Amino acid sequence: MEPDVSASDAEILEPLRRTTWRFYVLLAGLAAVVGWGVYAYSWQLREGLSVTGLTDRVSWGVYISNFVFFIGISHAGTLISAILRVTRAEWRRPITRMAESITVMAIVVGAGFPLIDLGRPDRLMNVFFYGRLESAILWDFISIFTYLTGSLLYLLLPLIPDLAVVRRSVALGRFRSFLYTRLGGRWTGSAVQKRSLEKSIGLMAVIIIPVAISVHTVVSWIFGMTLRVGWHSAIFGVYFVGGAIFSGIATILIAMAVFRRVYHLEKYITPLHFRNLGALLLVLDLVMIYFTLSEYLTATYGAETRDVAWVRILSTGPYAILFWGMLLGGLVLPAFLLVFRRGIAGIVVAAILVDVAMWMERFLIVVPTMMTPQMAFTWNLYTPTWIEWSITAAAIAGFALLYALFSKLFPIVSIWEIQEQPAPAAEPAATEQEAVA
Amino acid sequence: MEGSRRRFIRLAVVGVGAAGITTLFSSKLIEAVGFSRGDVRAAAPARRQWVMLIDLKKCDGCRKCTEACNTEHFVPPGQEWITVYEVQDEFGFRYFLPRPCMHCENAPCLKVCPVGATFRREDGVVLVDHRRCIGCRYCMAACPYDVRAFNWSEPPHTPEELAHTYRPEAPWPHRMGVVEKCMFCAHRAEEGELPACVRGCPMDAIYFGDLREDAVSNGREVLRLSETLRRDHGFRLKEELGTEPRVWYLPARRD
Repeated sequence: MEPDVSASDAEILEPLRRTTWRFYVLLAGLAAVVGWGVYAYSWQLREGLSVTGLTDRVSWGVYISNFVFFIGISHAGTLISAILRVTRAEWRRPITRMAESITVMAIVVGAGFPLIDLGRPDRLMNVFFYGRLESAILWDFISIFTYLTGSLLYLLLPLIPDLAVVRRSVALGRFRSFLYTRLGGRWTGSAVQKRSLEKSIGLMAVIIIPVAISVHTVVSWIFGMTLRVGWHSAIFGVYFVGGAIFSGIATILIAMAVFRRVYHLEKYITPLHFRNLGALLLVLDLVMIYFTLSEYLTATYGAETRDVAWVRILSTGPYAILFWGMLLGGLVLPAFLLVFRRGIAGIVVAAILVDVAMWMERFLIVVPTMMTPQMAFTWNLYTPTWIEWSITAAAIAGFALLYALFSKLFPIVSIWEIQEQPAPAAEPAATEQEAVA
Repeated sequence: MEGSRRRFIRLAVVGVGAAGITTLFSSKLIEAVGFSRGDVRAAAPARRQWVMLIDLKKCDGCRKCTEACNTEHFVPPGQEWITVYEVQDEFGFRYFLPRPCMHCENAPCLKVCPVGATFRREDGVVLVDHRRCIGCRYCMAACPYDVRAFNWSEPPHTPEELAHTYRPEAPWPHRMGVVEKCMFCAHRAEEGELPACVRGCPMDAIYFGDLREDAVSNGREVLRLSETLRRDHGFRLKEELGTEPRVWYLPARRD
């Protein structure tokens, strides 16, 4: 049956109908930051990577950390939409769209960083002309492209019925009516179409999970395959995937809080959603504490010279404050918050801490290993420059910008998916039963 | 129920079988996965296998080898293709350790290159094609000997350097955004000349030669490599990594 646009969906469609001046101010602010980053990058293109703080010894830094961080965040969509769909957790419905869109945008932003880090971006095509499957970078290219394609499909498929709703109920300009017609113009809502849509979404949900796991595993293998201390570790694959899902949940929690407040979606995004995702965040937090402990205990107990040198840099070096901040403020403190402060505010604060800490964790994976001397006996130092920070800020702003634009083009809550849910999400009692069932 | 259990058992049997076959071939697998031949380009006669021997007893740390190398290859400022480290052992004994590229047989840098810009010639020399390098610097992260250097900005040029026609065996003019390293003076070997660092060393501490011939020379004397290594306790750097360097050392002190 074709979903009806009842009055109850008005809140979801409201952002598509009306745009306040505050939104344009936000847009302009974000665009300015992105513009600044583009300016910084043009500087780097002209002068070379010498404008960064990178050196022959610490030859990867903030850019590669950003790459790992953003690709990690992209696991939000996979978790919410695919894993929760496969396990039939019905409460997921109002947040699937938000999560799936995070995935696509985080991949786009994240995949840009290896290119920004490239000494010769003009020769990028060499990867296609001369690509060697033996290199983990090729593995990365392949899995990220696959992941992006899959995630785009996975975002687009559930959008199709909603586009029909939007076309019927929102007055559209030429651009948007063209866009929606191209993306889902042939949707009639017939039983045949519905069945095949359900089938495709179900299939994509199953396909996208191993693809997502492979992506961050392969990202970790870029480091894991080298012979360097702190990288050459079998835990790296699962460590990265765990961290990715961890930061993905944190990001979707922040996005939920923002959209709930700004677009008045309190009816759809309820305390239940925060509690459930908060519980998942806690589980992943404990997993990360466990992984971190395993990794550092294994490295320090045997006290191999090189391992000791690396752990010493981590815990007492120039970035020790990040190390201890990440452990205490980003892993331990959020666990306490998630156990003892289970209101929306407490959970969102924990999520923000987690996201910040996960960026630091990525930085601490990339940089201290390169600071550990391999031949000489002094620490190799690295201080990022304003160019690197500007491009990083631009990436975060660009991510927010894409997200904000997306929320103006498409319903940020999946209308047909919540309509198909038997009980209304607004009643916590009913939904809680749903979640248990 | 019965059917699904049967299916599970069948699957398990197939799985175990596959694992067994894999184990049987695992020695082959390790060789295939772990030991990279990389891109071998038949640009040099394979009857030579170039090696280096550095006698640490003789090295006094004057860094003339680095100077000679820098001049020979117009090495961009800030880079050293052969670096002389000062080492202090646990008893306070100090000595010097010149480190060129190890030209590993199982080169970690070559393995990770996404575009095959780093390649090995049939004579064992590991070279970089700067026309192909995309500047991802994965090879720098992978090299256990800190050998590689990157042109972070456009290197300063001299007319003499610019007049030369680039080829990987004589890799200049230098350019921005690519990775550089010692190339065992492949261009000099073509002329039957010893590398610049060998010629530049006033202590005659560096020997260059051919593994097949089992002979190395510092320009003054010729040594039988295998015999010298055995007699004087020759070693290689980070032997435990399995990189199979083509550079040997004689220890700084005789035991």
